[in-house]
Order: sequence, then C-alpha cells, then structure tokens
Amino acid sequence: MVENRPLLAVFTHVVLIAGVIAIAFPLYVTFVASSLTLDEILAVPMPLTPGHQVTTNYGRALAAGSTQGSAAPVARMLFNSLVMALMISIGKIAISILSAFAVVYFRFPLRKFFFWTIFITLMLPVEVRIIPTFKVVADLGLLNSYVGLSLPLIASATATFLFRQFFLTVPDELAEAARIDGAGPMRFFRDILLPLSKTSIAALFVIQFIYGWNQYLWPLLVTTEESMYTVVIGIKRMIVGGDAANDWHLVMATAMLALLPPALVVMLMQKWFVKGLVETEK
Amino acid sequence: MATLELRDVKKSYGNNAVVHGVSMNVNESEFVVIVGPSGCGKSTLLRMVAGLEEITGGQIVIAGRVVNDLEPKDRDIAMVFQNYALYPHMNVYENMAYGLKIRGMTKQEIDSRVRDAGKILELGALLERKPRQLSGGQRQRVAMGRAIVRHPKVFLFDEPLSNLDAKLRVQMRLELQKLHRRLGVTSLYVTHDQVEAMTLGQRIIVMNAGRAEQIGTPAEIYARPATAFVASFIGSPPMNLLKATVAADGASLQVDGANIVLPRAVPALAGRAAQFGVRPEDLRIGGNAFQIEVDMVESLGADHLIHGHLGQSGQQALIVRAGPDANPAAGSQIGVGFDAGATHWFDGTTNARVVA
Repeated sequence: MVENRPLLAVFTHVVLIAGVIAIAFPLYVTFVASSLTLDEILAVPMPLTPGHQVTTNYGRALAAGSTQGSAAPVARMLFNSLVMALMISIGKIAISILSAFAVVYFRFPLRKFFFWTIFITLMLPVEVRIIPTFKVVADLGLLNSYVGLSLPLIASATATFLFRQFFLTVPDELAEAARIDGAGPMRFFRDILLPLSKTSIAALFVIQFIYGWNQYLWPLLVTTEESMYTVVIGIKRMIVGGDAANDWHLVMATAMLALLPPALVVMLMQKWFVKGLVETEK
Repeated sequence: MATLELRDVKKSYGNNAVVHGVSMNVNESEFVVIVGPSGCGKSTLLRMVAGLEEITGGQIVIAGRVVNDLEPKDRDIAMVFQNYALYPHMNVYENMAYGLKIRGMTKQEIDSRVRDAGKILELGALLERKPRQLSGGQRQRVAMGRAIVRHPKVFLFDEPLSNLDAKLRVQMRLELQKLHRRLGVTSLYVTHDQVEAMTLGQRIIVMNAGRAEQIGTPAEIYARPATAFVASFIGSPPMNLLKATVAADGASLQVDGANIVLPRAVPALAGRAAQFGVRPEDLRIGGNAFQIEVDMVESLGADHLIHGHLGQSGQQALIVRAGPDANPAAGSQIGVGFDAGATHWFDGTTNARVVA
C-alpha cells in the first residue's frame, strides 16, 4: 500500500518504537546489571549505564557459578542445555520425517489408525502427561541423564504434520520417475526427498532448538544433580529467596549467556528459516 | 529394441472397471499412439505397461517376457511424464545420470551416455543447469534425455507435449519424430490431441470409455473409422454425423424432416435408422444433395468453416469446409453436395461402421 499521510507515519513509528522499547529495555537492564558489582545493583536507584565488571562477572559465572543456591558453573549448564536442545531438535526431525514418509508414501494396514494416533498426541504435551512420564523415566533409571532430559520431548506430531504437508506437495510423478529409474523407497527418501526437504528441516531445526533450549518444567523434574542442570534451571536455582541474598550480578550474567545460543541459531539460520516457511522449491 | 504386446489387459478399481480388456501389438521400432478423451483409460493403460499400476487382468509382454509381476525398474522401459518429473535439486547432468548411477554403471560409461544424449538433444550447454533455470521445451528435452540414456527396450510417453505452448508443441512434435527415426526405439505414446496422434503415430489406438474402439494407421482411421465415436474424434473439425432414416428405396434419407438425396443408393440400409457421416472437407457448396441454413462463417485464412443446420428443429448442426471465397450470409440457404465415396454409415444402435 502506498499512502502519503505524515500523521499516520508518525503514529506508526511511535507505536513501533514503543514496542521496541518494551522488549529491548528489560534486556538492556539485564545487561547493565550483569556488568555491575552486587553492591551497585542493590543501590537505589540502580545505575542505568554499564559498569566495568563484565569480564569478572561473566568469567566467574562461567567458571565457578553463584555462591548462593546452585553452585554449578554456568559453562557446564550451557553444555547441558546445548546437548539437550540438540538431541531434542535432531531427534524430533529424524523421527518425524521418517514417520511422515511412512504415512505419505506407504499403504500399510492400520495406516489411518497410526496417523490419528500421531494426531492425538498433539493433545498431550509434556505438561499434561508429566507425572506418568516422570514415573516411566524414573523406573528406567534415566533421571539425571541426557536421554532422560530429551527422550520424552522428542515425539512430535507438529513436525510430523509439517513434513507430511510438505511431502504431499511433492508431485507423485517424482516418486514414479524414481521408481522407473530403479530407486527403492529408502534410496528415493535419501536421494530425492531429503534434499528437497532441506529448507523445511532448517526451519524446524530453529523452532525445535529454541523449544528444547527453553524447556523448564521437565528439566526441573528430572535433574536433581547440579552437574545436570540446564541453564534455564540454573538461573532459577541461583535465586534462593530474599532480594539481597542472591548474587544478582551473576544471575544476570547467566541470563545473558542463556540468551545467546538461541539468538545465534536464529541469526545464523534466518535465511534458511524464512525460506523453509515461505518458499517451496519443486 | 523389442516388441510390446497387450493381451486382454483389464483394470478396475474395486468394482469400477476403467479398462475393459485391450489387446494389441506394438512391433519392433514402431511408434504407436493411444488417443482418446480424458478419462478413457489411456493413461491408466500406459501406467500399467510402466508398472506404476497393478494389472487387474490380462498380460503385458515386453520382448517376449510377461512383465505383470515385475517392478518398473526391471521392465527395461523408460517413461516421459507430462510434467517432466525432473528432480528439482539435481542439475541436468545428474538428472540424466541418476538412473544409471543406481544401476551401478561406471562413471565413464555414464558420462559417455549422458554426453551422447546431450548431443542428440542439443542440451550440451545446459548440463550444469538446474531444472528451474530451464524453459518448458528444454525441460521436456531433459526428460527425454533421461529416457534415452537408459537405452530402454520401450519408450513410454504420457502426454509429454501438453504442458507446452502451441508453437513449441509443433516444434517438439517434429523433434520427437526425428528422434524416433534416429533411435528406432519401440514407443507407446499417450495423448488426447488427435493432431499429435495423426502426425506422430505409425499406428493409432483410439480409446473411449476403457475400450479400444479402433487400432490402425492414421490413414485407415481417418478414411474408414470403425465407429461413430472414432469418426467424431479424429479429424478437425470433426466429421458431421446425422441421425437419419433411410428411405425404402435406399436412394435418399430423412434427417429431422429434411431430405438428403444420395449420389448412390444404399439398398443394404433401406428403411433402417442409421447415422450418416460425411467429413466437412468432403462437402461442397453449390451441390444439390440438400439445403442448409447458414448460422455463421469462421475464417481460418486458407479455409472457411461454414456452420449451419438442417431439419425442422434446428438441432442438427453441420460444418462445411469451403475455400476462402465462400462467404454466404448468415441466415441464407445454401445447397450442399458430396460424392458417393465420401459417405460413412454407422449402425443406429451399435454405432459400428456399416458397409453400404
């Protein structure tokens, strides 16, 4: 739409700027707090210009962790989060692309039934089935393990549907041409379907990585050892209670560190991500 | 090089029969076209030959071997699809090489075959391009190349030209003919376009509602259509078919109250109901066999198509193909004549050709 109404332009900009401030300001305060000493943070009012403690605070958080509450080093937590997020996103993609392949390209008995079973799991996110799932994971001895952290979150109806929708747009003739060329089903999957799904996979990876990284409730339940805390849990565990008793400067540094990897993933894969959601290359 | 034989091939989906038993032979190096309206079962028939559809009944024999239970890859065929079905993420070279790679051919062998096909189809400069960077005609040639490199016993074409614009279609039609002459591979070609069928086919199968109505050379099918359907399908504009009752002496017929005088009497049909067929190009204005009222005149440049009707109800339409000088006014009555040899007769109930 091409319009030339200066007042409207001013108004839209005011709204946009207000929105940016609402989101960016808390981030800025977090960053400022992570660069101050604890005493400076507790001063009233808290200074709004960055201090000189950046390297000290981040160094301490990464290497040693907080003195209050959880004392695990944040580097370890970041590693745990990374492993969990990667296992969840890669596991989800692997399982759902294969199940979508089965549902779309094969006629097997009870195909409809299995399709609807996958569909129904949409109604059962972790939060709903958390107690039975915890019982199962505990009985299998998977508490405080990477498998326990990620396995229950891997099954994904959403991703299966996304791939199913994509596969349905791939012309049947492509599968038929591959059959005539002599490619078996798995060969067709590997040589043709997988390369065509590249952008969908990338988009899904970004979404699922952030989903995995941000998991809170489930890691809170299955991790009891500090060495297995994810960074999201770590932040929570560093806050023991009472305003003054916490190492706020370290908490804030940890929060900033926890923000980085998902932001990096989005930034690095943005091109692919947008392509995957918008473009269909056939 | 091989022959292809269909023995009473049938296909049904559940209780719904779509191909009712088609038998025919494609000789070595022959180019046979299956033509028919959409939904007549022609594509299904081709897909059964390719092995993409199961065969409900009958046998398909390629090079003397029954292939009913063989996978497509084991039938030694190659197929060209209507939408080309090129692998979008592979370049032209990889598209052509893919089938050969799967068959475990050596790199040198693949390379020489792909480059040969590229030369034949003038794709040499395009080998590194992706399908989306190609025009429709180029994609079509790549699809053809993918079939050629396999050196198959039989080529199958599923309406390969129908996604092209009219000019390109004519050009590709000629290229296809040249290609067939050069390679001499047994080919089965499906189309709904009777012009393609007439120009490409050494023999044509005209299909309607799951049955082969006629199998023959283009000239035979044009000159002696076996059924009223074939008569109306082949030829452009189509043959005029008039529902008629032949007079008791066989010398004239009644069409919706109008009288047509025959140049030669047909005593065999005397007193019977029949369909009388005569091609627009066999009618000439200025004759005295019958009168039509002109509705409109379409000019094609070299020809004028005179659309008219006869009879009381005005339902019996008819086309006369005349020279560019013929320009009767709409609403005028003109006399029309034809030669005895130009008439076709079809039974009033079975629609089969009647010799009269």
